[in-house]
Amino acid sequence: MRVRSELLADAWLVASKDLRIERSSRVVASQVLPFGLIVLILFGFGISPDRRVVEADRTVLEQVAPGLFWLTVFLASLLALGRSFAIESADGSLEALRLTGLDPGGVFLGKSLAVAAELLVLEALLGAGALLLYGAPLGHPFLLMVVVVAATASIAAAGTLYSALASGSRVRDTLVPVLVLPALAPALLGATLATEAALFGPPSDGWPWAGLLGAFAVLYFGAGMLSFGLMLEET
Amino acid sequence: MVSVRDAVCLLGNFPALAGADLELESGEVVLLEGPNGAGKSTLLRLCAGLIGLRQGSGDVLGNDLATRGGRQQTRRAVGLLAHHSALYGELTVEENVRFWSRANRAFDADVEPALERLGLSDRLRSVPVAALSAGQRRRTALAVVVCRRARLWLLDEPHAGLDAAGRDLVDGLVRDAAAAGATVLLSSHEIDRATDLAHRVVRVVAGQTPVSGGHS
Repeated sequence: MRVRSELLADAWLVASKDLRIERSSRVVASQVLPFGLIVLILFGFGISPDRRVVEADRTVLEQVAPGLFWLTVFLASLLALGRSFAIESADGSLEALRLTGLDPGGVFLGKSLAVAAELLVLEALLGAGALLLYGAPLGHPFLLMVVVVAATASIAAAGTLYSALASGSRVRDTLVPVLVLPALAPALLGATLATEAALFGPPSDGWPWAGLLGAFAVLYFGAGMLSFGLMLEET
Repeated sequence: MVSVRDAVCLLGNFPALAGADLELESGEVVLLEGPNGAGKSTLLRLCAGLIGLRQGSGDVLGNDLATRGGRQQTRRAVGLLAHHSALYGELTVEENVRFWSRANRAFDADVEPALERLGLSDRLRSVPVAALSAGQRRRTALAVVVCRRARLWLLDEPHAGLDAAGRDLVDGLVRDAAAAGATVLLSSHEIDRATDLAHRVVRVVAGQTPVSGGHS
């Protein structure tokens, strides 16, 4: 019980530090969010808004909106993840973290939670942008909310794990997307199909995918918390 | 306190230490002296438990440096001032010291005296570290080490970037730490100053410690 409360206290310490850094630097607000919005708009340019899907009587843009939204979030999350470890390697802080008494699992959890919090804000704004630009309906908000939380947790946990893995490398910046994007492919598929069900129904089609996303998140949180100490050791 | 024998450490394939020896007693202040690239920083990092031994043996504060568990225990027990200050540029001086103090399981009550001792308690406390001069950053990093109240201080170029008053401050901190029973191992290119400060000088050349134990 004491170990668990220490782990949570360590996670909170690291997450609040990362969020204070973001509050001060506003990198997510001033760079990641505009990047996401630009990608959303470019996707809109790339797909004709007038062409319709005959059998569903929806525009192609509406139909593919869930996939484009999540693809945008996944791409933008690469910047947020890169930033999460860039602040640790800028002045040797990652090595200093090894010298602390912090539980490595708590450090992993804290960094993941900070990324997740940033992504949730990003998704809310990009989601509003997608509804506006692509004209998708807001079908089943509760399922949509569950999908967003589960997908965000998946991206944050898996992304933090692979970013940590790459953090010791000299080619970290280019290595992270190569590691993270394939690893997140199942989450992208699950998030897209679950969101499709949440927007266009029936919602019963979306719950199994939401469950898969939840399992994916739990798997990566578990793997990250168990292996982060070893990764810190090797950086 | 510290016993390193015939230590070999590789950085990649390069033997940064190639048979170094080091013995430190409690309360000693020992200067590592040698040219750039001689292995002083590597020896400090070895004593901090940050790198493993390829060959030889090492014991720091009763922890075996040859084992991962021993190195982990060592890391939590020492205070290291490395080349990098390990500070977050976007956070203020006080936020940095408080974060690292909590991360190091130090007492919150020690933060204020440490800031005061390092001359950071006035307007500088609320300045983001990115806006500080190199010397002020070094002082902030030293405040983190002071809060840690370690039994073994490992200081890599603690005088670097500091003005005369700052260098005097470092000397005062080292003397006080040693008087309180801590052991201090430092490297410095301020040879005259550091030699005066140290009880003993250990020369490091090409990853080895050919002459050691000579009292200054």
